[in-house]
Amino acid sequence: MAAELELSGVSHTFVSENGGTSVRALDGIDLRLAPGEFFSVIGPSGCGKSTLLEIVAGLTRASEGRVVFDGREVAGEVPDGVGMVFQEDASFPWLTVWDNVAFGLRRRGTGAAEIRRRVDYALRFVGLADFARHHPRQLSGGMRQRVCIARTLVLEPRLILLDEPFGALDQQTRLVMGEELLRLWRETGATVLLITHSLDEAAMLSERIGVMSARPGRFIATLSTGWPRERDSQVVNDPRFGALTGEMWTYLRAESLRSIGA
Amino acid sequence: MSRRFDGVLFTIALLLAWQVMARVVGSSGLSTPLATLGALERLFGRASFWQNVAATADAFALAVLFSLVGGLAIGLLLGLSRFAGDVFDPIVNAITAIPKITLYPVILLFFGLGMSAKVAFGTIHGIFPVIILTMNGVRNIRPVVRKAARVMRLTPLQTLRSVLLPAALPEIFSGMRIGVSLALLGTLVGELFASDRGVGFMLIQSVEHSDVPTVMALTLLLFVVAIAGGTIMLHIDRRLHQEG
Amino acid sequence: MSRVAATRWGLIVAMFAAVEICCRVGIISRLTMIPPSGMVVAAWHLMSVDTVRGDLLFTLTNTAAAIAIAVVTGFISGVVLNAVPRLRRVVDPLLAAYYAVPTFIFYPMLVAILGLNRAPLIAIGAVLGVVAMTVNTLTGLDRIPRVYLKTAKAMRMSRTSTVLLVQLPAATPHLVTGVKLAVSYSIVGTIAGEFILSVAGLGRAISLAYNNLDNNTMYGLLLILLVTVTLVNLAIYEWERAIHRRWGLR
Repeated sequence: MAAELELSGVSHTFVSENGGTSVRALDGIDLRLAPGEFFSVIGPSGCGKSTLLEIVAGLTRASEGRVVFDGREVAGEVPDGVGMVFQEDASFPWLTVWDNVAFGLRRRGTGAAEIRRRVDYALRFVGLADFARHHPRQLSGGMRQRVCIARTLVLEPRLILLDEPFGALDQQTRLVMGEELLRLWRETGATVLLITHSLDEAAMLSERIGVMSARPGRFIATLSTGWPRERDSQVVNDPRFGALTGEMWTYLRAESLRSIGA
Repeated sequence: MSRRFDGVLFTIALLLAWQVMARVVGSSGLSTPLATLGALERLFGRASFWQNVAATADAFALAVLFSLVGGLAIGLLLGLSRFAGDVFDPIVNAITAIPKITLYPVILLFFGLGMSAKVAFGTIHGIFPVIILTMNGVRNIRPVVRKAARVMRLTPLQTLRSVLLPAALPEIFSGMRIGVSLALLGTLVGELFASDRGVGFMLIQSVEHSDVPTVMALTLLLFVVAIAGGTIMLHIDRRLHQEG
Repeated sequence: MSRVAATRWGLIVAMFAAVEICCRVGIISRLTMIPPSGMVVAAWHLMSVDTVRGDLLFTLTNTAAAIAIAVVTGFISGVVLNAVPRLRRVVDPLLAAYYAVPTFIFYPMLVAILGLNRAPLIAIGAVLGVVAMTVNTLTGLDRIPRVYLKTAKAMRMSRTSTVLLVQLPAATPHLVTGVKLAVSYSIVGTIAGEFILSVAGLGRAISLAYNNLDNNTMYGLLLILLVTVTLVNLAIYEWERAIHRRWGLR
């Protein structure tokens, strides 16, 4: 099940508590995602991409502008049907892998048999069925992220938000995890919004890429990849891949230099 | 702006609470802030008070000396030698699990009543934190720091002085800070049991004479001194940990 | 057995043997200390004496009460201070310097207020233990990874569910450390009180034996006290280590 997402004129300013300087993080973001689309946002460090995601999720309320999800406005509260995966490891160390994945379902009051069915399926899907009784501390970083992905999958979200989910992993693991993400996307049919600072990741995974400027963030370009739905990490071999990353970098290089103050 | 005065407000609130409690409990239980200050003033005027303070200070100083020097030496030895550290680690932890007060009667039997018992009390309390934190501080120095010293071809003494000690300093200082506090505790308790001199002795005496204002005056004095000393040492501790 | 373990046991056995020999030969006089073997024998006999068991029970129940009060009060005050940052800022320096204060100095005051019975013993134990629990509760609440709270919000969990199912479990390792320290300190406070006050309990019995120059009884009782208390401490230390390992902190 897919969801429609629309942002109009979204801006955000962080007001300092002690009367210090306030920071304008986002400046007039307009974005429209078709149902079932895979969209990546790429930009230099500190450009406000994470803030954008938190606003879409309803974790933060935008200072200006509107966010409409499935026809209803999102305003400071997380709407139903949203799943989120963070960069940091959010698996709960005191629960087994199985209980971690079942966590969200149990809060909803789903029946025990249904929970078992969905959790077992999700664990098989991410390849962790053998580790159901393990604790997160016994798993590698990549495996823990898969637990978090499974925990999101099990809730059958219509919109999946990912904030640099593979940021803590090494490059090769990232490519493999990217394939997992594509499978997840095809399996759920959900709309996906991914934040990344990796050119390769954006180029490989998305149908469209939004390039963000340095702070205050706004979209300076939108690229279309034109990949087929059934794809995996081997698209890195496609000649268009290099052209895409090259095009992104043309826009991003100046912004990155600006953001590090060069 | 109002946040600046929070500390003052809080102190006033505490004083008020004290005053109220003193009224409620009665003068045979608690004395009011004013009465306590009066007793304190009287104490300051007496020569015997200062002699007792000196007695406590002497014992305390010795206990601190033994705790710090002994603790540092043992801690360094256990920290620098992997083997010694491994052998003694569980032993030291088990000794920490023993409440030192259970050893008081033994100390009294060995040292008799008087100064040496007080110093012994203070030392057994103060030396262990120094040992443990020094040992851990040295053991936990990141391997890359030691490798860098070897690459620079420093002699063992140079390594110890210019690399290891500075690297472990924050933790060593924490151990010393705790050791000093506990040495004070031990010395005072020793005076309760084993002495006819000192601040702890004065405390016990005023309890026996039911001299409530003096009891509270001494308590207040010790409280303020301990908090002041503790806060200063904590400050230094925090600075060391920030730079480290 | 590894070289390390063998050396360790060797040292321990050698030390006990040395003490035993010194006592038996007379290097350490009987008036100062009885041989370790004598202590064990005395302890064994004493455990069958009713009054001794009664004293042990008295000491243990006081300690348990002190621990309970320290843990509960410490936890609640930690939660409150965490919820009221203004108050926390004011109280912070006091909390930090608390253990620099020889807390037993409040003892005479507590006796004056509560009377000469078991209440001041429990009170002093609790007073010694409470701040360790408060400080660790605060640390535990501070160190909850923010991503857990975001996850809970993203799952649309209610405030109560978030507290009970995410915040408390996440803070558990530190809460357990707080309990460990509260137990250690409360034990010290209660027993020290028994030595000083001599109301009842093992502390009093030991004091009496000391005053009567009855070294046999004194060392026997000391051994009982030492073993009991050390076992309690070691058990709690192990529990803390297990929890820290499970949470992946060690």
